[in-house]
Amino acid sequence: MRQIWNTPGGVHPPDNKEQSLTKNIGHLPLPEKLILPLTQHAGTAAKACVVVGEKVLKGQKLASASAGISAAVHAPSSGWITAIEERSVAHPSGMSAACIEITCDGEDRWIERVSYPNYQQASAMQLRDLIADAGIAGLGGAGFPSAIKLDSGTKKPIDTLIINATECEPYITADDILIRERADQIIQGIDIVSHLLGKPKTILIGIENNKPEAIAALNQHCQGTGIEVVYFPTKYPSGGEKQLIYILTGKEVPSGQLPADLGMVCLNSGTAFAIKRAVIDGEPLISRITTLAGEACGVNRNYEILIGTPVSHLIQHNNFNQALCSRLIMGGPMMGFSLASSEVPLIKTSTCILAPSHTEIPDDEPPQPCIRCGLCSEACPASLLPQQLYWYSRAKDHERLQSHNLFDCIECGACSYVCPSNIPLVQYYRSSKGDITNALATKATAAISRERFEFRQVRLEKADIARESKREARRLNTEQAKKMSPSTTQSTGSSAADIIKAAQLRGITKQASPEQQKAKLQRTLLAAQMRLEEAQQRLVQVTNKGSADQQAQQLASVEAARRKVEQTTQRLTEVSH
Amino acid sequence: MMSLLTDNTMLAALLALVGLGTLFGGLLGYAAEKFKVGSDPIVQQLDELLPQTQCGQCGFPGCRPYAQSIADGDAINKCPPGGQSTINAIANLLDISAPSLDEEHGEEEIRTIAYIREDECIGCTKCIQACPVDAILGAAKLMHTVIADECTGCDLCVEPCPVDCIDMLPIVENIHQWQWSAPEHSADLIATTASGMHEDAA
Repeated sequence: MRQIWNTPGGVHPPDNKEQSLTKNIGHLPLPEKLILPLTQHAGTAAKACVVVGEKVLKGQKLASASAGISAAVHAPSSGWITAIEERSVAHPSGMSAACIEITCDGEDRWIERVSYPNYQQASAMQLRDLIADAGIAGLGGAGFPSAIKLDSGTKKPIDTLIINATECEPYITADDILIRERADQIIQGIDIVSHLLGKPKTILIGIENNKPEAIAALNQHCQGTGIEVVYFPTKYPSGGEKQLIYILTGKEVPSGQLPADLGMVCLNSGTAFAIKRAVIDGEPLISRITTLAGEACGVNRNYEILIGTPVSHLIQHNNFNQALCSRLIMGGPMMGFSLASSEVPLIKTSTCILAPSHTEIPDDEPPQPCIRCGLCSEACPASLLPQQLYWYSRAKDHERLQSHNLFDCIECGACSYVCPSNIPLVQYYRSSKGDITNALATKATAAISRERFEFRQVRLEKADIARESKREARRLNTEQAKKMSPSTTQSTGSSAADIIKAAQLRGITKQASPEQQKAKLQRTLLAAQMRLEEAQQRLVQVTNKGSADQQAQQLASVEAARRKVEQTTQRLTEVSH
Repeated sequence: MMSLLTDNTMLAALLALVGLGTLFGGLLGYAAEKFKVGSDPIVQQLDELLPQTQCGQCGFPGCRPYAQSIADGDAINKCPPGGQSTINAIANLLDISAPSLDEEHGEEEIRTIAYIREDECIGCTKCIQACPVDAILGAAKLMHTVIADECTGCDLCVEPCPVDCIDMLPIVENIHQWQWSAPEHSADLIATTASGMHEDAA
C-alpha cells in the first residue's frame, strides 16, 4: 500500500451519497429542445460555425474553439438549429449568454464517426487534436479544456498521471456510478492519456474510501496495467486538484503554479471516460453523467444526460415537487450555486442537480458577528487565515488580501460550513477576488490609455514641427521669388502686376510636362478667340446704336482680347518648338 | 621612485590623498550619470494611480500634468473619474488624510463609453481631433466610429460634434465581467461585548 499524506483542515459533512446509488445509470427521453451555451468550459466562448435553420446531425460540430483556452461544442442529437441567441444559462449570476438551440427531430441520427481504435499507433499530437476536436473539458466541475491540460506534456516531461475519482462533495455520485458500471472504459481512457503523455512512470487513481464498490471495480480492471488505485479516508475537500496531489504524492503545488510545473497531470475519471469515447468510438463530448438528488425529487438517481438538456426536463421526469423544494442547486451543497430558473440547460460541468427540501438544506440563517473562535482556520484546506481574510475583505484592503494569499483560496466552503456565526465567508472572498481582478484590469487599461495619450502628444508635436518647417520653407521660397522678380517685371512696374506675373510664372513652372502646357495653352487660345469674337460682335452692336464712350470701351476690350490671342499664339509656338 | 616617496613622507601622503580624491570623484561622477533619475519619481507614482481618462475635468490637460501639479502641492481631490478610491490611494501614497471629492470638478459617475450613431455622422473629424487617446476611427466625409476597448469615457468628443450624434452609454455588464457581490453587512465585524452588537471595527 502506497503512503498517503494528510491534508490540513477539511470537514466531514454528511455524505448523503447512498440515496442516488440505489439505481443504475438512467436515461431520459429525448427532450424537445436542446440549448447549448457557447461557454461550457473555463476560458473564452466557442465560435458558432452553424447558422439558424441548418440541419445538424448528432455529433456534428456546432461551435469551434476560439484561440487560447476554449473548447468546441457539438450537437447532442440531430435536428434543426432554431436559434443562436442569448439565453439564460447555469451561472451564479443568473445572466444570459450566447446559446445555440437545437429542435430535435427525434431521429437521433449520428454523423459519420472517425475513430482510432488503434490509438497506440497515433502520435501524441494526433491524439491531442482528436481530444480538442471532441470538445472535452474537465468533467469534475471546473471545466478546464483537457487538450490544453494535456499540452503541458510537450513542455515538461510528465512523470505522474493522477486520475481524480475522489468525488468528495456530498450528494454527488456521478463518478462513483460511472466507475462501478464502466471501469473498463475509464481504464482505456487512462491508457490513451498515458500513451499521449509518453507513458508516465506513475499512474495513480485517487479515490475516497467511502466508495468500496468502485474501488473493487477499479482494482479488478487495473490488474496488470501498472495503474495503482489509492484510496484514503473520506474528508471534504480531498478532491481539490492540489489537495489530491498532496494526499497522493506529498508534494505541494506552489502558489501560482500548475501541477504540470511539477511534472504532473491530474484528470477527472469522467474526463478519462470521455477521452476513451472520443478516441476509440469517435464520439465527441455530448453527454455526461449527472446526479439528481434531494428530497424534492421523487427519484434520486444518476442519469446519462445529453448536454443541453433543460434542467426542467430532468426534474419533471422525476416527479419533482416544487412546493417541497427550497431551491435548485447546480453542483453540490458545498460549492454549487442556486439556479435562477429551471429552464437553464445542463452543461459539461454539471455534476449534480440538487433539489433539497427546506429541512434538508435550510435557508441561510442571518450572520452573527465573528467571535474569533478560529474554527475556520482549522478547517481551511489551503492553510489560509479565513478570519483575517474576512476582515480585510470587509475593509477592502486589497494589498493585505493579496499578501495573505487570497488567490490560493479554492472556495471550497469549509470555512463557511464550520462558522458558528453563519458568516458567508466564501462570498466575501469571491467578491474580493472579483474586486482585485477588476482593479488589476482597470490598471492595465489605464496603462494602455496612458501610452496612447502620450503617443498622441508626440504625434501632435511632430505634426506641429512639420507644419512649422513647411511654413518656413514657403516663406523662404517667396523671398527668393521676390529677389528674382525685379528683373522680370520691370516693364509693368506696379507691385500688383508683379505678384500676378510671379503667380503666372509659378503656374507655368508648376506644369509638369510640355504636353500639358501645350494643351493648356491651346485651351486658353480657344477661350481667347471666343472672347475676341464676342467682343467684336458687341463692338458692331455698339457702333450701330451706342454712345461714343461705349464705343471706346468696346474698342479697348476688343484690343485686349486680340492681344491675349496673339500672346497665347506666340507662347504656343514657343512651347511647340 | 619608491625611495623618493619613502624619503618624503609628506609627498607620499599628498599623492595618496590626491589619488584617492580623483578615484572617488570619478566614481561619484560615473554613478551620477549612470543612476540618474530622469523625472520626479513621485510624479510617476501619482500618474500610475490616476485613472488615465485624460478627461481634463481636474483643469489640467491630461492625467500627467495633474500628477505633476499634485506633486507641486495641488489638492488631490480633483479627479471625478478616479473617485474616492483614487483619492484614498493618493492620500495613502503621500501619507496625508483623504479629503472627499471636490464637487466643483464633477461627480463620481458610473463609467461610460462613447458611441457614435453612425447613420447621423457627417464625417467632420471634429471628434477625432478631440479624442485624447486616438480611440475614434474615421476620415473626412466618411463615417466615424469609436474603438470601444480604447475609449476612456472622457466625454471630450461629445461637445465638438456639430450634429450631436455621440452618446455616452454606460458599460453593459455581461456574464464574463460579472462578479460576486459582497454580502450585505447585517452583523458587526467582531463581537466585542456580551450583546455583541456594538462598534464596527472596519
